[in-house]
Amino acid sequence: MAECQMENRSAGFAAVVVREPGAEGIRSCYACGTCTASCPVRRVNPAYNPRRLIRMIHLGMKDEILKGNEIWLCSSCYTCQERCPEGVRITDTIIALRNLAVREGHAPSGISMQANLIKSQGRLYALDEFDEKKRKKAGLPLLVPEVEGAIKLLEKKE
Amino acid sequence: MKYALFLGCTIPARSRNYEMSARVVAHKLDIELVDIFDFSCCGFPLKSSDSGQAGLLAARNLALAEAQGLPICTLCSACTSMLAEEAHVLRRNKALLDKVNVELNKVGLSYGGHAEVKHFARVLLEDVGLDRIRKAVTVDLKCLPVATHYGCHYLKPSEIYDGTEDPENPSSLEALVEAAGARSVEYEHKRECCGGAVLVADEETALKMAKRKLDHVKKAGSKVMSVVCPFCSVMYDDNQKSIESRFEADYRIPVLFLPQILGLAMGFDRKELGLNMNVVKTKGITEEIVGGK
Repeated sequence: MAECQMENRSAGFAAVVVREPGAEGIRSCYACGTCTASCPVRRVNPAYNPRRLIRMIHLGMKDEILKGNEIWLCSSCYTCQERCPEGVRITDTIIALRNLAVREGHAPSGISMQANLIKSQGRLYALDEFDEKKRKKAGLPLLVPEVEGAIKLLEKKE
Repeated sequence: MKYALFLGCTIPARSRNYEMSARVVAHKLDIELVDIFDFSCCGFPLKSSDSGQAGLLAARNLALAEAQGLPICTLCSACTSMLAEEAHVLRRNKALLDKVNVELNKVGLSYGGHAEVKHFARVLLEDVGLDRIRKAVTVDLKCLPVATHYGCHYLKPSEIYDGTEDPENPSSLEALVEAAGARSVEYEHKRECCGGAVLVADEETALKMAKRKLDHVKKAGSKVMSVVCPFCSVMYDDNQKSIESRFEADYRIPVLFLPQILGLAMGFDRKELGLNMNVVKTKGITEEIVGGK
């Protein structure tokens, strides 16, 4: 029974989430469902439901949220955030949940791969000789393959 | 009109046609685009894993432009929103600005909080103006039916753009393609997302989102789709063939970057606009307009 599992839930989870930048306002949600009704992802994949995610935060369903795939389905289009009558920053809250998931070691492989590429080269795609040749042929200026200053900045932060 | 051109990651490596066409159109309209070779990734792809680091990377780019006294002109919508959001936040939060500067100082930079960020389409609309664009048109596009696609971050979150345009009812892109002599076509779900940001997590969902729009663009009888973001182009142009085979559909709709359409109207040839680099063949359109030049 679902209600029997309540003791396994993390009572303090909502308090952790509201401390994340962007998620401060989630307590104002009155579950009207404008977010879910507006969501372009949900139209093609009903597994994604932003209203339910906000409720799950309040119910302390930490593991289900952070270990699951649902938070990674948001396309960050901001339609829900623009339309929320309570001014809840829903897209920003999903990003906050992703940050929490990553901190707890639940990043999907593609996401950590992107982060590692940027930290090691300052860009998502290092411009190799092939790219430079193509750019030259197109009459475009040659760019530095790796951005030293950005790599140093992210190193210093860690 | 002088701007620091912010290319980001995807455009210089994967969307050279966007960069080429934007540069020639800018030159024609007396917009000077300055390259800052020390610009890095905008920070957007880091946002999901660490918003703080993403913001820091954005702030570094803002500081580099501010040091040269130049506003930033972006081509990618994700870069636009990442940089504009950071500029918006740091303008209002002195404590965070100080914290960011502690990190920037370690790499010999500082940020005063004054950078401006504008998407190329907005530079065209607000700084050049529709009149000057109309005057630069030398080739009749013969009312080419174009389905404009706004994507998301060109308009949203609207608060970071200080209410420049209503995201529920935008009109800037229609105004620009019509100034070039094309005809803007209305279609269902025009303001919906391309799905690009879902591609990493769930390819099937992402492609279904793109398919939904391609269906409506086709149904509305549009011959071309116009985009202002390289991710949207990946979804509609690069992935159009795989959407066709996966869902047994047939579109063959060329997807052009906005400056490629403007460039055609201004008399630039296919090579100058990188039209041979678009994945869905564009020859049919140029043949119709200028006889394949």
